[in-house]
Amino acid sequence: MRLNVNGRSHDLGDIDPTTPLLWVLRDTLGLVGTKYGCGIGACSACTVHVNGTPVQSCQLPVQSLEGQEITTIEGLAGADGTLHPVQQAWIDEDVAQCGYCQAGQIMSAVALLERTPQPTETDIENAMSRHLCRCGTYNRIRKAIRVAAGMIEKTGSEA
Amino acid sequence: MSDNGNGATTVDVYLPEYLRRTAAGLRETALSRRRFIKISGFVGGGLVLGFSLGANRAAAQHNGHGAHASGDVRFAPNAYVQITPDGTVVLYAKNPDVGQGVKTALPMIVAEELDADWSRVRVEQAPISMELYGPQFAGGSMSVPMNYDTLRRAGAVARAMLVAAAAERLGVPADELTTDAGHVVHAASGRRLGYGELAEAAAALPVPDPSSVALKDRKDFKLLGKRVTGVDNVKVVTGQPMFGIDQRVPGMVYASYTKAPAIGARAVSANLDHVKSLPGVRDAFLIAPKGNAIEFNPSSDAVLSGVAIIADSTWAALKAKRELEVEWDESNASRDSWSAAVAEAKRLAEAAPQATLRDTGDVDAAFANADRTVEAFYTYPYVAHADLEPQNCTVWCKSDGSAEIWAPTQTPQAAVEAVAAFLGVSQSAVTLHQLRGGGGFGRRLANDSVVEAAAISKRIGAPVKVQWTREDDFAFDYYRPGGFHAFKAAIADGKLTAWQDHFITFTRGGPMPVTSANLSPDEFPANKVSNARIVQSMLPSKIPTGPWRAPGSNALAFAIQCFLHECAVAAGRDHVEFLLEVMAMTPPPRPAAGPGPGGRPGGMGMPGLNPQRAAGVIRLVAEKAGWGRTLPEGRGLGLAFHFSHGGHFAEVAEVSVDANRKVTVHKVWVAGDIGPIVNLSGAENQVQGSVVDGFSTAMGLEITFEKGRVEQRNFDRYPLLRMSQAPEVEVHFVESDYPPTGVGEPALPPAAPAICNAIHAATGHRVRTLPLTREGFAV
Repeated sequence: MRLNVNGRSHDLGDIDPTTPLLWVLRDTLGLVGTKYGCGIGACSACTVHVNGTPVQSCQLPVQSLEGQEITTIEGLAGADGTLHPVQQAWIDEDVAQCGYCQAGQIMSAVALLERTPQPTETDIENAMSRHLCRCGTYNRIRKAIRVAAGMIEKTGSEA
Repeated sequence: MSDNGNGATTVDVYLPEYLRRTAAGLRETALSRRRFIKISGFVGGGLVLGFSLGANRAAAQHNGHGAHASGDVRFAPNAYVQITPDGTVVLYAKNPDVGQGVKTALPMIVAEELDADWSRVRVEQAPISMELYGPQFAGGSMSVPMNYDTLRRAGAVARAMLVAAAAERLGVPADELTTDAGHVVHAASGRRLGYGELAEAAAALPVPDPSSVALKDRKDFKLLGKRVTGVDNVKVVTGQPMFGIDQRVPGMVYASYTKAPAIGARAVSANLDHVKSLPGVRDAFLIAPKGNAIEFNPSSDAVLSGVAIIADSTWAALKAKRELEVEWDESNASRDSWSAAVAEAKRLAEAAPQATLRDTGDVDAAFANADRTVEAFYTYPYVAHADLEPQNCTVWCKSDGSAEIWAPTQTPQAAVEAVAAFLGVSQSAVTLHQLRGGGGFGRRLANDSVVEAAAISKRIGAPVKVQWTREDDFAFDYYRPGGFHAFKAAIADGKLTAWQDHFITFTRGGPMPVTSANLSPDEFPANKVSNARIVQSMLPSKIPTGPWRAPGSNALAFAIQCFLHECAVAAGRDHVEFLLEVMAMTPPPRPAAGPGPGGRPGGMGMPGLNPQRAAGVIRLVAEKAGWGRTLPEGRGLGLAFHFSHGGHFAEVAEVSVDANRKVTVHKVWVAGDIGPIVNLSGAENQVQGSVVDGFSTAMGLEITFEKGRVEQRNFDRYPLLRMSQAPEVEVHFVESDYPPTGVGEPALPPAAPAICNAIHAATGHRVRTLPLTREGFAV
C-alpha cells in the first residue's frame, strides 16, 4: 500500500496492515518525532494530523489511511525551514523539559489554532487536556499557545 | 529534610554509596594514568570530586575529532571548551539530560567565565569518560552544586589563555585587556580580536592551573541568572531524533522482553515455537535470571527472568508478545499485598516499636505536662516513575567481545560498569552513547533495561533495540515506597513541646529499610523540638523500590508538614508563625552514635538546613500569596515548607473544594532559596513542573499490589494530572549568596502538604491518606 506523509507518497510494500500508524512512521519511514507513550490512546504523545485533524497514531491501523493526508511534527515547518508559529512560540517560551510529549502537544495546538485562531482558555483546555506531560509544563504550553495565536493574528493582519 | 548537626545536610541515601564507588574508580584511573586529577575531601565526611582541568592532551584528542589531520587548529584547553578559527565555541555538557535542563545550564556556567557570545555557542553532549569529566550522572539535584566551580574555572582558564594570546599579538600587558561576547578588547586603543582569530595562538600556550585563575564577581555576570532557552529546543519542536527510543543502528533488530506478572517469578517454559512462527518474528527465547535485580543498584549486572522476542520491527515484536504464553515458577516471587500491608501497619502502630532511632529530651514528661496532645496516623502509597518515554535501550554486543550501548540513562558510567560485568569484559571494551531521556525522575538511575538489552544482544550477536511497553514499565519499576506514620505531639502554652513519630516502613528482612524507605533520626522537626522520639517498625516486602524525585522527602514532607499544621491548629496558632517558631527552636544535642537503622549518611558538601534561609522563604511566600486574607466559603490557603537537596522551599496553595469534593487548586506560590540561579527560565520551569508533579501524585496516583502483581498497568489507571486540572504556579527565588544548589527536586516535597493543608482550611477535613482519591476527593 501507499501512504501520504508530509506531502510525499511512500510505498510501504507488503506491510502488516494492522500496524498502527505510529510504528509505520517510526520504524518504516524513520520519522521518529512522533512518540510512543502508552499504546492505548491515553497520553496523546503519538498525535499526528490526518487531513488536518489531530489523531492518536497508536490507535490507527495503517490500512485505514490509504489516500489520506498525514502530517507529522517533521512536516510542520515550511519547505524553506521556516518554523510554524506554534513551534517558534514553543522555543521562545522555553516550554520543554524532557521534550518527549511536546511533538504531540504541538500537533494538537496547531490544529486548535487552525480551527480557532483566537481560543479562549476553555478552548485551549478542551484541545490540550487529552495530552499528558509528565514534566508538568502545562503553564508554559498554555502561554505558548496564546503567544502563537498572537503571532498568527499579527501575520494575518499584515498579509 | 534533616540536619546532622555538624552543618552538613543529609541527602539521598543512594548517592553517597554511588559516588563513593564512582570516586574510587576515578582515583584508580587517575593514579594509574598519572593524569592531573585530584580528589579533594568534602565537608561532612562525604566526597567532592574536584578534578583539575589539566588533562589537556586527552581533551584535545577527544575534542579534535580528527580535525588535526585536516590542519584545522582548534583551541581545546580542557574537556569542556573548544574554539575553532571561525569563532565557533563548542561547549561540552557532561551530564545526562532527562528534562532537568543541565545540557543548557552547565555550559552556561562555562560560557559566563569564558565571556563567550552565547548566540555563537554550540553545545554537544560530552562522551562518557571518568578521566575527562569525573562522575557523570543526573541525580540528587547534584549537577550544579558538584560542577559549578569546576565549570567556572574551565571557562576562566580558556579566557585567560585567549587574553594571553591577545596580549602577545597586540604587544600590550594582559591586564589592559578585557573580554566581551567572544572578543578580547583593548579599550585604550579600541582594538578587538575575536576568539576565533586567537584560537591557534592560544592553543600553543601552556594551560594555567585552574585554581590560579580569577573568577568574576557575581555582579558582573552577564549570562548566569538570565532566562536562556534550552539548547535542544529546535530539535524538540521539529521532531529530530534525540531520545533513546529514536536510536537506529544499521542492522538493528527489535525486541520485546516479557517479565513475570508476579515480581521475581521465573520463566519455566513458553510457547516459543508458536511465537517464532508469527510474521516478522526472527527468534524467541528465555533469558536466565542473574543476580538480584529486585534491589536498586545502578551498577548491577542482574537480569530478571523473562522471554525475549526478536523481530523485524517494534510492532512485530509487540504483536507477538500478545500471543506469548509463559509458565512461571512463582515459588520465590513476591506475594505482597498493599491492602494487607495497610492493615498490618495499623496493627504495628499500636504495638511496641521494633527500633528507636532517636529519643532526645524527655518525651514522656513533655506529654505528661502537655495542655493538649495531638495524635494522627498518616499513610502514603507506592508510586511509579512513569517516565513518558518507556524504558528502552539499544545494545550491540560484537563478536570481538566489545559492546556499544545507546541509552537514555541517568547513570551512564554505572551502565558501562554493569554491562562490562555482565559480559565479563573490561570497561574499556564497552562504549556508551549518552542519549536524552524522555523523563527520568530517578527511574533511569537504574540500568536494568540496559543489562537486559545486553543479555539479548549477546545471545543474538546483533544490535538490538529492546522496547518496553507502557505495561512493562508499570509492572516492573523501582517504586517510591509507601509508608505510615503514627504521630503524637505535645502542646503546652501554645508551643510544640514534644514530637513523636512511629514510622512503619518496609524491609527485606534485615535491620535496614528497603531503598528510599528510611527516615533520618534528624528529620525536621525532630531536630528542633526539645523532646523528640522517632521509632520504627518494619514490614517484610519483596517489592523493588528506589529513588523517586526527592527521595524520602517526597513522602515525608506530606506527612510531617500536614501533622505540623494539625499541631498549629490544635495550639490555636497561625500556621506561618507556628512554623517559624519551630524552625527557630534550638536543636537539642543527640548522642553521636552514627546513623542507626534508617539513618542516612550525610554531607557531600551540600549546605544544610539553615533556619534563617528557611524563615526567609516562609515569610516571602506568605507575603506573595497574601497569607491571612479572607477567602470565600469553601476556599482556603495552605502552607508547607521543606528542605532537601540543599534547597529551601516554602509553598502556599489556594484551593477550593465543591459539594462533590471536587478539588480545584487555583494557584500555588513558591518561594525558593537555592543560592544564585544559573538559568532562570530552566529553574522556573523545574519549579512549576515540580508543583504539578507533586499535586498530580498526591491527587490520584498509587501503585498497589495483590499477590505480588502490580494492579496499575497503564495511564488509564494511573491518572497523571492534565492541563485543565493543573494550577497556575508563581515562582520567586531569593537568590542568596550561598553556593548554588540544584532545582530538579527540592520544590516538589512542599506541594502536596500545602495543598492538603489548604483543603483543611477550605473544608475542615484533614487529609491523612494519599492519594486524595482514597479520601473521596476528585479533580
